Amino acid sequence: MLRFFQHRTIRNMSSASGIVESTIRNKLLTILESKHVQVINESYMHNVPKGAETHFKVVVVSEKFDGLPLIKRHRLVNELLAEELQNGVHALSIVAKTPKQWEESDKLVENSPNCRGGFGK
Amino acid sequence: MNTLVRRSFQAFNTTLKISCRAFSEAGINDKIEKIVKNNKVVVFMKGVPDAPRCGFSNAVVQIMRMHAVPYESHDVLSDENLRQGIKDYSNWPTIPQVFINGEFVGGCDIMLQMHQSGELIEELKKVGIKSALLTAEEAKQGEKKN
Repeated sequence: MLRFFQHRTIRNMSSASGIVESTIRNKLLTILESKHVQVINESYMHNVPKGAETHFKVVVVSEKFDGLPLIKRHRLVNELLAEELQNGVHALSIVAKTPKQWEESDKLVENSPNCRGGFGK
Repeated sequence: MNTLVRRSFQAFNTTLKISCRAFSEAGINDKIEKIVKNNKVVVFMKGVPDAPRCGFSNAVVQIMRMHAVPYESHDVLSDENLRQGIKDYSNWPTIPQVFINGEFVGGCDIMLQMHQSGELIEELKKVGIKSALLTAEEAKQGEKKN
């Protein structure tokens, strides 16, 4: 019972994520049929208003990346999110792996580098 | 109804952007092509190598430094035309952007991964640049042998 409750709390917390964040997550999950998706809003690390959705890191694990070089995987994700990138999303860091590569990796996602104040300039 | 208005406005807005851009596009495209074809390695970044103004640009500068790569850098923050122009040229939405031998190679993520996998050393070799990391590695091997 307690477990169930904890689950619910986590769910509720994640539903409080931003609208852009959930759009990105949904697109990556459905269009790329991803096995695993992480959308990390890194905007707080930058000189933008609180709650902003401008800087993201995404982790995408999908069979669709199989046989594609890194640049094509990134292009695929960029194209999917073209609308977001034209409307306010300003930085997008991408980790794109096949399920096999993901299983073999340490599954740790490194932090993005610190901001150096270039935003909006 | 609201959506309809918004959509048509968006369409109008896009057309406006495209037609405005068409004037400058030809010029900036030629300019970029010249830049990337005339230099073995080119980095389009925010700020300059001594003072990068974005963490991602800084990461690329640090990688180049580690490999001691001679490269030409262009600050997109000082030229709005270039900032948009380079995104259109390479069809890549973010800065920094790295070109080797006239070809777009990638942004920060890809450079980092190429650095980690050793692929960068190979790509540099193809254009006649010997990475400082390779030189250091060879020196180490030589010491062991002696």
